[in-house]
Amino acid sequence: MLRIYVLICLLVANLVSGIAFSQTTRIDITDGQVARIPIAIADFTGPDGTTTPEGRQISKIISDDLQNSGLFEPVDSAAFINPPSSPDITPDFANWSPLGVEGLLVGSAFFDSENTLQLEFKLWDVVTQKALTEGGGSADPAGLRRIAHKVADFVYVEFTGDKKYFDTKIVYISESGPQDKRVKRLAIMDQDGHNHRFLTSGRDLVLTPRFSPTAHEIAYLNYFNDEPNIYLFEVATGRTEKLGSFPGMTFAPHFHPDGNKLIMSLAQDGATNIFEMDLLSRTTRQLTNTIHIDTAPSYSPDGKKIVFESDRDGGRQQLFIMDSDGRNVKRISYNKGRYATPVWSPRGDVIAFTKMLAGEFFIGIMRTDGTAERLLARGFLVEAPTWAPNGRVLMYYKQDRFEQDGSGGNTRLYKVDITGFNESIMNTPADASDPAWSPLLGSNP
Amino acid sequence: MIKRLLTICAATMLLAACETASTDSNEVVGSSSAASSGSDAAASASSNTSDGSTSASSEASEASGSSGSNSADSDMQTPDEMLAKVGSTVYFGYDESTLSAEAQATLDRQAAFLKANPTIRIVIEGHCDERGTREYNLALGDRRASAARDYLVAKGVNASRLTTISYGKERPAVGGSNDTSYALNRRSMSKIN
Repeated sequence: MLRIYVLICLLVANLVSGIAFSQTTRIDITDGQVARIPIAIADFTGPDGTTTPEGRQISKIISDDLQNSGLFEPVDSAAFINPPSSPDITPDFANWSPLGVEGLLVGSAFFDSENTLQLEFKLWDVVTQKALTEGGGSADPAGLRRIAHKVADFVYVEFTGDKKYFDTKIVYISESGPQDKRVKRLAIMDQDGHNHRFLTSGRDLVLTPRFSPTAHEIAYLNYFNDEPNIYLFEVATGRTEKLGSFPGMTFAPHFHPDGNKLIMSLAQDGATNIFEMDLLSRTTRQLTNTIHIDTAPSYSPDGKKIVFESDRDGGRQQLFIMDSDGRNVKRISYNKGRYATPVWSPRGDVIAFTKMLAGEFFIGIMRTDGTAERLLARGFLVEAPTWAPNGRVLMYYKQDRFEQDGSGGNTRLYKVDITGFNESIMNTPADASDPAWSPLLGSNP
Repeated sequence: MIKRLLTICAATMLLAACETASTDSNEVVGSSSAASSGSDAAASASSNTSDGSTSASSEASEASGSSGSNSADSDMQTPDEMLAKVGSTVYFGYDESTLSAEAQATLDRQAAFLKANPTIRIVIEGHCDERGTREYNLALGDRRASAARDYLVAKGVNASRLTTISYGKERPAVGGSNDTSYALNRRSMSKIN
């Protein structure tokens, strides 16, 4: 159980200050220059106005989210003078302006007599000395981190003008063991690395997980019984289901934005083509028909187009876009190198990809017409970009070189802002690859 | 663990060595269309087999020299051992699925072995080096396994005895991120089913 609301009564004030606000601190992502927004996050308090352990924990989660986004600089709370003991109290701005902060987040958070977490918050613009937004909600103890992420999302949206992304999960492949007998397991965690959980035992080789639009299901490649096929994994129950029987290997799944369809590759007799499956009727339709390799398909956010990679044009992987019924295939990548694993931004305007050039791997983005290519990350082996649901952050994995004696080969998840700033490693218990970022989670877990 | 890795490595190199023992011109493999790729490993799987024990390799070439002797030997050998003697592994150039002369010679011996042992069924695994993206390599592994299968079928092996599976870059034969390892990992492997 998790509930959160924003009070309507402050909408007017919010709009007014929001306009002035957007001129001064809104971040222009095409600029490529990111100045972190200094912000103060007070420890959340209990009914008596003093800090509670849960309040401190929540403030830390919010602070970490904002810090890790690369767009905020939370100020050390040791510098705070007399923070308000409740979100209802107007702060003494004379204490906050000298810290150079633009925002001040104040809140209360405590467990009530029924062990339900009660939370309220208010976000102040320290420059205009006005409240930007306020809200509150409740959660059971297991929902503490999620409700904190939701508050962080409110702060993020207010100051950046971008959409939320902190209340999300990552599914990925956890890796262990020697290079030739790698054990791979499905694993899931919150966007900040917490609440980590293994979903499969490692007995069967599993690869390339993808979330459904509700985040309730994961499509992935499973080598169960040495018959590689796409399976569905139901997150709540752990139930798995093979997605049909085919005359060859199915792989590279990707959900339609409406959740009722899935596109995938089918490899048969050396040719790999793209198929669409209706998940309700389980009927399939062939979308490409070549003797080449067409794979890694990804829908546009409106579901009307598909971007994919193919070696049909000269034998090297390039990116192509077609209508969702397979018509009007058009190549979009023309720069040097090979292009692979395209994924359409949730904003619709750009496509992220893996690029191979001169013995190196890159993560980059280009417009949907192939122009304005920008490379955001590079390494010995870097691949598999996945978008945060707001289209602002990309996650992918990097693998180092393996030495002949089996050492090296560190394989880790990274994320980067689409300006190319703030590349940072994700904490995972073991080596990690093939990340997939979930959509924003719903009101229920 | 390291020791075991090295053993596998040595064994694979032996195989490679015996496949190419007569022609040391392995460099030519795959050069027809992949020569321009910057990271192309020279497909010289057999280049540094200096530690390959000569007794083992001569034994292997004996077997490959006269495939008719398989049935005579078979009293003492498991089908897996027989297949290993014939040569279960075929190597490919970077991003290639074409069969070199050496690859065809190995598959010729596999075809003879399968005809001499009509009850045996095999699964052909397709594998890739790590220098490609995961999905593409899954497809490329399928292409390689299919190329080997199609060749065996063309040589008269009933297709119903052959199945294929691609592991992409998931099951390298040899560890290490270097061209020698990559050349040994771009392969199809026939296994008794």
